[in-house]
Amino acid sequence: MKQPPLLRLDAISIGHLHAVSLEVAAGDIVCLSGPSGSGKTRLLRAIADLEPHGGEAWLGNIARGDWRGSDWRHRVMLIPADSQWWYERVGEHFPDPRCESLKASLAQLGFAADALDWDVAQLSSGEKQRLGLLRAIAHRPKVLLLDEPTANLDADNITRCEAWLRQQICDTPLAALWVAHDMDQIARVATRHLHIAGQHLEPQAWK
Amino acid sequence: MEVIDLAWWQLGLAALLVIALAGCSAMSQLGVGRSLLIAATRTVIQLTLIGLVLEALFTVAHLHWVALMSLAMLLVAGREVMARQKHRLKGGWAFGIGTLSMFVSSFTVTVLTLTVIVGPEPWYTPQYAIPLLGMMLGNTMTGVALSLDRLTDSVWRQRAVIENRLMLGQRWHEAVGDLRREAMRSGMIPTINAMAAAGVVSLPGMMTGQILAGSPPSLAVKYQILVMFTITVGTGFGTMAAVAAGSRRLFDERERLRLDRLSRQRQ
Repeated sequence: MKQPPLLRLDAISIGHLHAVSLEVAAGDIVCLSGPSGSGKTRLLRAIADLEPHGGEAWLGNIARGDWRGSDWRHRVMLIPADSQWWYERVGEHFPDPRCESLKASLAQLGFAADALDWDVAQLSSGEKQRLGLLRAIAHRPKVLLLDEPTANLDADNITRCEAWLRQQICDTPLAALWVAHDMDQIARVATRHLHIAGQHLEPQAWK
Repeated sequence: MEVIDLAWWQLGLAALLVIALAGCSAMSQLGVGRSLLIAATRTVIQLTLIGLVLEALFTVAHLHWVALMSLAMLLVAGREVMARQKHRLKGGWAFGIGTLSMFVSSFTVTVLTLTVIVGPEPWYTPQYAIPLLGMMLGNTMTGVALSLDRLTDSVWRQRAVIENRLMLGQRWHEAVGDLRREAMRSGMIPTINAMAAAGVVSLPGMMTGQILAGSPPSLAVKYQILVMFTITVGTGFGTMAAVAAGSRRLFDERERLRLDRLSRQRQ
C-alpha cells in the first residue's frame, strides 16, 4: 500500500484563493511565492486552522477535523515572520530548555550558549525570528508552515538559517510549506515551487 | 432615638450648593457644569420614583412583586455592564454573559443570606431583600463590567501574542490564561480594597445610614460586615463566571481566536 503524504490539502478556500489542493511528503520543501496581498499568509493561517475557511486538511491518514484545534496546530505548526514573546526570559518559552539538540541548534543558528537566559525585551527582530524558528522546532511538529522565515535576517544569517532548516526538515523528516519572495532562495531550498496566480496555485518550472 | 424628618425645602438648600458648584465650574470652564446639573436632576427624579415604588412594594410585600422588582434591577444592571465595555461581544453575548453571571452570583448570595443568615419572616420581606440585592447588584455590576472590559480590551491588544501561543499548539485557555487572571483580579480588587479600608479610611454608606436612622452602632457594624462579605463573595463569583464565559466565547470550537465576535471600538 502506498504511504499517504504527510500533509494533504483538500480544496482549501480562503480569501480569494479557491479550492487549493496540495500534497507535501515528509522531507519535501514546497516553496510558495506570489505578489503581496495574494493571500500567502492567509493560506498558511487556514492550513493551521487559525481562521474560518472552506476545505479539509489531512495529516497522514487523519483528517484535521478529528484533532482538537490545539493538537492539530501542535503538529502542523505555523511560524510567523515576527514571533511574539510573552515571558521575561527566552528559555521560558521552550518546552525543554536543557535539551542537548537545542544547544547544538543554538550554535548552528549563531547564538551564544547563554541565549536562553536573555531578556526578551533586548532581542532584535532578526534574533526574534531565528529564536522563533528554534522555539517552533523545539515543540517537535510534523509539518512546518514557514512564513518568510528569513525576512528579518542579514546575508550570513540567511545562509545559516537555510542550512539549519533544511537539515531539520531532512533529518526528522518534516514536511514544509515555505513562503518566500527571493527566487534565489527558492532555487536553493525548494524541492517544488508553486506560484499564486489569481485564485489558484500554479507549479513553476525551475532548475 | 427619633429620626429627624427632612423637609423638601431643606433639601432645596443642599440643591442650592450644587447649583453654586455648577456656576463655579462653568466660570472656570471645566465643561462639567451641564452634566453636573443633569446628573443632580436625575438623582432627584430617580430616587423619588424609587421611593414611591419601594413604598408601594413594602405595603404589598408579595413574592412576585419582589421578584419583578429584582428582575428589573438585574436587567438595568446588565445593560450598564454592556454599556461600560469598549469592545463588546456581538449578538447579545455581552448583555447575556454579564446579566447571567450577575444573576447567578448576586441572586444566589442574596437568597442564601436572607434564608440562612438574616432570616426575616417571610424570607423575601422587601425591606431586607431589595436593599440587600441592590447593594449586591451595584457592586457585582462594577466588578463584572471592569473585568469584562479588561478582558476584551487586553485580548484585543494582545491578539498577536495569543495567536502565536495558539500556533505553538497551546490550548485556548493556556493562550489566554494570563489575561484571564488579570481580568478576574481587576474585577475583584475594588471590593478587596473596600474591605481593607472600611472604617479606617471610609465609613461605609450603609452603616452610616443605619446609624443615622437610629440603630446602635454595634448592630450597624454587624450588618455592615455581613454586607461587605456578601458583596465580596457576590462580586468575586460574578467576576469569575463572567470572565470564564466571556473568554470562552472569544474562541470557537476549533480553539481559534475570534476577534470578529467583538464589536469595533466606540468612537
